[in-house]
Amino acid sequence: MNPLELVGAEPGPAFTVTLDGREITALPGQTVAAALWAAGVTSWRATRGAGRPRGVFCGIGVCFDCLVTVNDRPNQRACLVPVRAGDTIRTQEGTGHGD
Amino acid sequence: MATERPHLAVIGAGPAGLAASLAAAAHGVRVTLIDSAAGAGGQFYRRPPAGLGARRPEALHHRWRTWRRLGDALAARVEAGTIRHLADHHVWCVEPVERAELVVHALLGPLQEEPVTVRADAVLLATGGYEKVLPFPGWTLPGVVTAGGAQAMLKGGLVVPGQRAVVAGTGPLLLPVATGLAAAGVEVAALVESADPKAFLRRPVALAAHPAKVAEGVRYGARLLRHHVKVLPRHTVVAAHGEQRLDAVTVAALDTHGRVGPGTERRIACDTLAVGHGMLAHIDLAESLGCRIDGLNVAVDEEQRTDVPGVWAAGETTGIGGAALSLAEGHIAGRSAAARLTGTRPDPHTWARAARSRRRAREFFAALDTVYAPPAHWTDQVTDETVVCRCEEVTAGAVRKAVDELGAGDVRTVKLLTRAGMGWCQGRMCEPAVAGLAGCEQTPARRLLARPVPLGVLARAGDPEDD
Ligand SMILES: Cc1cc2nc3c(=O)[nH]c(=O)nc-3n(C[C@H](O)[C@H](O)[C@H](O)COP(=O)(O)OP(=O)(O)OC[C@H]3O[C@@H](n4cnc5c(N)ncnc54)[C@H](O)[C@@H]3O)c2cc1C
Ligand code: FES
Repeated sequence: MNPLELVGAEPGPAFTVTLDGREITALPGQTVAAALWAAGVTSWRATRGAGRPRGVFCGIGVCFDCLVTVNDRPNQRACLVPVRAGDTIRTQEGTGHGD
Repeated sequence: MATERPHLAVIGAGPAGLAASLAAAAHGVRVTLIDSAAGAGGQFYRRPPAGLGARRPEALHHRWRTWRRLGDALAARVEAGTIRHLADHHVWCVEPVERAELVVHALLGPLQEEPVTVRADAVLLATGGYEKVLPFPGWTLPGVVTAGGAQAMLKGGLVVPGQRAVVAGTGPLLLPVATGLAAAGVEVAALVESADPKAFLRRPVALAAHPAKVAEGVRYGARLLRHHVKVLPRHTVVAAHGEQRLDAVTVAALDTHGRVGPGTERRIACDTLAVGHGMLAHIDLAESLGCRIDGLNVAVDEEQRTDVPGVWAAGETTGIGGAALSLAEGHIAGRSAAARLTGTRPDPHTWARAARSRRRAREFFAALDTVYAPPAHWTDQVTDETVVCRCEEVTAGAVRKAVDELGAGDVRTVKLLTRAGMGWCQGRMCEPAVAGLAGCEQTPARRLLARPVPLGVLARAGDPEDD
């Protein structure tokens, strides 16, 4: 059983967004992080120092590990930001400001 | 007329803030309930958003009936205009102004750029807490998440991070997390608990006094059995392995002193590690208001008042104790605030039931606290290369150097010397680890702002024209 089946979910129509140009299907109401997890992706940031991959850690907006660039805005917390049809999501390198 | 009623701002719409808002609104006070989340419920009653169309959200919850009662009552009060619910509002500061008024400063929406202010006659802090995780090699790998985070993503987003999980750390939260993941189709390879929950059996008085809690424990035990989850008490995760993401963990047995027993290590393949070592309270707003802090929690009296006039606090911000305690404290705080704001004498007899639940829940949590604890010698496992401050990528080696060679004796000095705790999360994630490595007690951090605030908003907040 998957989580959607467990709660008898009947989600609204799915839509697509892109992660680094690759198409991903998302469901209405999900956060960016939830949509990426559902697509099997667990990291979308490279740290500023060592360039190590990061994704969700606290899941509730406290740790800032899940920072991501959405529609050219860097430093969005993927665990808080709702995903919207057509979003362009990019792996965030360092500060996300190209330095 | 509704607008002439005294006005209480409640910050946090979890069990504590909900109970407080409902109690206050029922006793003559106009309430503005402010929360950063999109829906009410807090951590315990986190629910999937409407777009996901969950027909049986209760499958991921227990005590759902209580939520139905709270949620329905809130909807009725919002409809009647006695409670205003501001969702998606991140409060970054509460400021006392003249004439016994307080101003709540918030940022709107997930982008947190647009400022909003709310003026009130009194403020009730019900901001709950967040999870504490102590570091170990590999804990920054994708696939390693906090236990509560796994639960939040599951309850709120109906997603899981992988197919095979280990749930580890210490504390009662690990039980719903392990059973929740298992019910959602994740193979839970092990529940690794550093304490020995059987130690509870040596506290027969605590057990006999709380039959409902014992029954809850038994139910979790049965669910773990049904999902074939192997429970490893007195064990700990010593390392997480993987290159770009987690592919295994090493667990080991602990001896009676809390040290890893040599030769007891074994590797468990998994793509998910949900780990937590207890909870910490969100106290930033209370600290900046100058409220007295007791240890790492907001200090309150019998009526849940802080020592700052017009400021109440309830729920996990005043001490970690679970949803039932938060409900009881919230109710008492709401009643007390309503009485004092409407100029009536608070009569504790009228909330005796809530006071009794509060006393019992605190007793039970005090007993739990004597049982659940991270391994006494957890720092032994933290190699010098282990990143301790996840934001600034400060290693344990750098922290040790600051302590051993540069003479840092507290978290603040380590921070100045190493930048540990200076990143985005403002030290919330690494403070317990830095304190442990420095060999000192964790003390309140005195963060000035509860959220990062855009400079333009800060500049304008000082401008009287703005509010
Ligand atoms: C991630 C996580 C998951 C958990 N899952 C479970 C579980 O499944 N089962 C269980 O028994 N216990 C769980 N807990 C424990 C939980 O804390 C308690 O059960 C209970 O929810 C505490 O109630 P509360 O009202 O005191 O605080 P909370 O429920 O934490 O509510 C506090 C509310 O305040 C809001 N808030 C905080 N700061 C601000 C701010 N500055 N501005 C605006 N709003 C703010 C938060 O968004 C939150 O909604 C979890 C804890 C965490 C951290
Ligand atoms: S996962 Fe911690 S802020 Fe998003």
